[in-house]
Amino acid sequence: MAFADKFGAGKHRFGMLIDLDKCTGCGACTVACMAENNIGVNYDETDKLRSIAWMRLYQIDNGKAFPETEVAFFPRPCLHCEGEHGHHTPCVSVCPATATDYDDETGIVSQVPTRCIGCRYCVAACPYHARNVNWFDVPWPGGMDRGLSPHVSPRMRGVVEKCTFCFHRYQQAKNKAFIEGGEIAEKDYQTACTQACPSGAIVFGDLRNPEHTITKLLAANPGAFRLLERLRTNNKVFYLTKRDWVRRLADNYLAHEKLPEVKAG
Amino acid sequence: MPMDDSRYWPQGTTRCKPIPFLIWMAFCLLLGGWAMHSATLCLWKGLNQTAMNDFFAFGVWIVVDLAIIALGAGAFFTGFMTYVLRREELKNIINAAVIIGFICYSGAILMLGIDIGQPIRGWFGFWHANVHSMLTEVMFCITTYLIVLIIEFVPLVLENRQINKVPDLAFFAHHLHRIMIVFAATGTFLSFFHQGSLGGMFGVLYARPFAYRTGVAIWPWTFFLFILSAIASGPSFTTLMVMLTEKASGRKLTTHKVKMMMGKVSGYLLTFYLILKGADTLYWANVTLPQMGVSFWDMYRSSYGIYLVWLELGLFGVVPAFLLLHRRVRESYGLLALAMILNCLGAVTNRFVFTIQPLAIPVLPFEKWQFYWPTIPEWGISFGVIAYGLIIFSLAYRYLPVFPQEVELNK
Repeated sequence: MAFADKFGAGKHRFGMLIDLDKCTGCGACTVACMAENNIGVNYDETDKLRSIAWMRLYQIDNGKAFPETEVAFFPRPCLHCEGEHGHHTPCVSVCPATATDYDDETGIVSQVPTRCIGCRYCVAACPYHARNVNWFDVPWPGGMDRGLSPHVSPRMRGVVEKCTFCFHRYQQAKNKAFIEGGEIAEKDYQTACTQACPSGAIVFGDLRNPEHTITKLLAANPGAFRLLERLRTNNKVFYLTKRDWVRRLADNYLAHEKLPEVKAG
Repeated sequence: MPMDDSRYWPQGTTRCKPIPFLIWMAFCLLLGGWAMHSATLCLWKGLNQTAMNDFFAFGVWIVVDLAIIALGAGAFFTGFMTYVLRREELKNIINAAVIIGFICYSGAILMLGIDIGQPIRGWFGFWHANVHSMLTEVMFCITTYLIVLIIEFVPLVLENRQINKVPDLAFFAHHLHRIMIVFAATGTFLSFFHQGSLGGMFGVLYARPFAYRTGVAIWPWTFFLFILSAIASGPSFTTLMVMLTEKASGRKLTTHKVKMMMGKVSGYLLTFYLILKGADTLYWANVTLPQMGVSFWDMYRSSYGIYLVWLELGLFGVVPAFLLLHRRVRESYGLLALAMILNCLGAVTNRFVFTIQPLAIPVLPFEKWQFYWPTIPEWGISFGVIAYGLIIFSLAYRYLPVFPQEVELNK
């Protein structure tokens, strides 16, 4: 089964492939995301349970003592889940105010901060912690507000926000394609994190387009996997690794289960 | 006497002197003041005043909300038994049940107004309603049921000795009473569904192994279990409040037979609930969880250990069910109260476990268990809701003819 076939009808299905063996954990993706999407810096960024990062970088290790210790990094944007039946995305289906929606055209899970009432039910529904609450009014000290991007609305206190796969860039690419005629070119719609990654660990594109690098890479790597596939969130962020211990940390397994025995997704 | 308010007391009853009553009110208002201060902090400075975070999206307010809504279920279920099933003897306790229901639902809505991050947008749930969300259903049903409760409460307020002297108001109250079956039935329908939706809220979280439950059609099993646990504990809570008022006032308010009947209803429903809850837990532990790659024991660690199961289903489940099923226990005032307290604690523990525990558990294998303890403003608002309930119930008891048997029983 091709990866694109996992998803329902729709013109595009934008997705991401992250090669964990290439990721150095430099954090450039996170920084680029924050600058691109007007994510502020809170008073206390040491409190990671309240700091906002649409692209969060998890450091994991194999649990062994030196010198066998191995470290890897899991970059985690919003995974833009589709669910398995009728676009049953965990967060979209629970929002009482339709402040988050699943876009049939692109497969992108949107977030409408001006409609969000701050009930945080979507935060409870997401197992990836991809959703952040604005617990504070974001401070923009010393004229930093003048550096805000005009393409993304800054969020107010009390609402939930999350990665949108730089949806504003999709709109810009769509406009460009309309003016110039033709389809959206792969290079015209790339997320900020993808472009910022110095080691080329992140690849972004349309899973429906056989010409896109992501589709080719996924076809060449049938072992690509997703986070918590057993929960059937059917998300669109794929990972690659050659290390078994990293692969195993991408999902939950019972003590007796071995990786090949598990039918994921 | 300038402070004499006896002309407002229900006909043929006596109440404590104004001074002790005012001292009691002052104590409740003090708690209310703490809540007001806490609410101001949270509304002015934001939800950063709480201990909630991106792990604990819900905190003690949602626990209290769910708990008081479950315990307030005494209103709709007693109304159902009184007006629809025609259990005449329950007319002696229905007023108290309605007042408690009104307190619980209005208190919960007040609390939710502070709990949501953008309270001014609270109405978006109605305007931009997502029909797939259990929370949308909860919002619609809670607000409409509160309106029903107000309609059920109004005739009682109008029956105050002085207000009832106004002929038009007395006429209105009398006729509102006569059509109460319509509202009791409507209330039953609304309450039944949103008690279920509150359970469904957690059961549909299919990416949260602790909360997720399979079910029938669009309803996870928690939908039905929450209804059952609410109607099992609601009558107990109503009766407990009556007992508490009896102890505080030193007067008998209903016959013991009425309390025994409420206990019997609670006992049978609790037993039925426990059988289904046991089956649900076994299926969840042996089928649902392993499919997700986690074991039952993975769900109970850190501060949220297996003791919670023993508490919820054992001490606060099987024990009160066993006690309430026995007539000799129900005949004893003290044992009946004890069994009912345990029963209510079971509902509260269940709501706590479903609200907090799914969020404490790390679903990503490389995350850690988290622990939540509320801040002072969170406690302030929680106790404030209790104080609000005490104020309303105390005023209602003092000035309204809540208990039809009171005059007869205290001759």
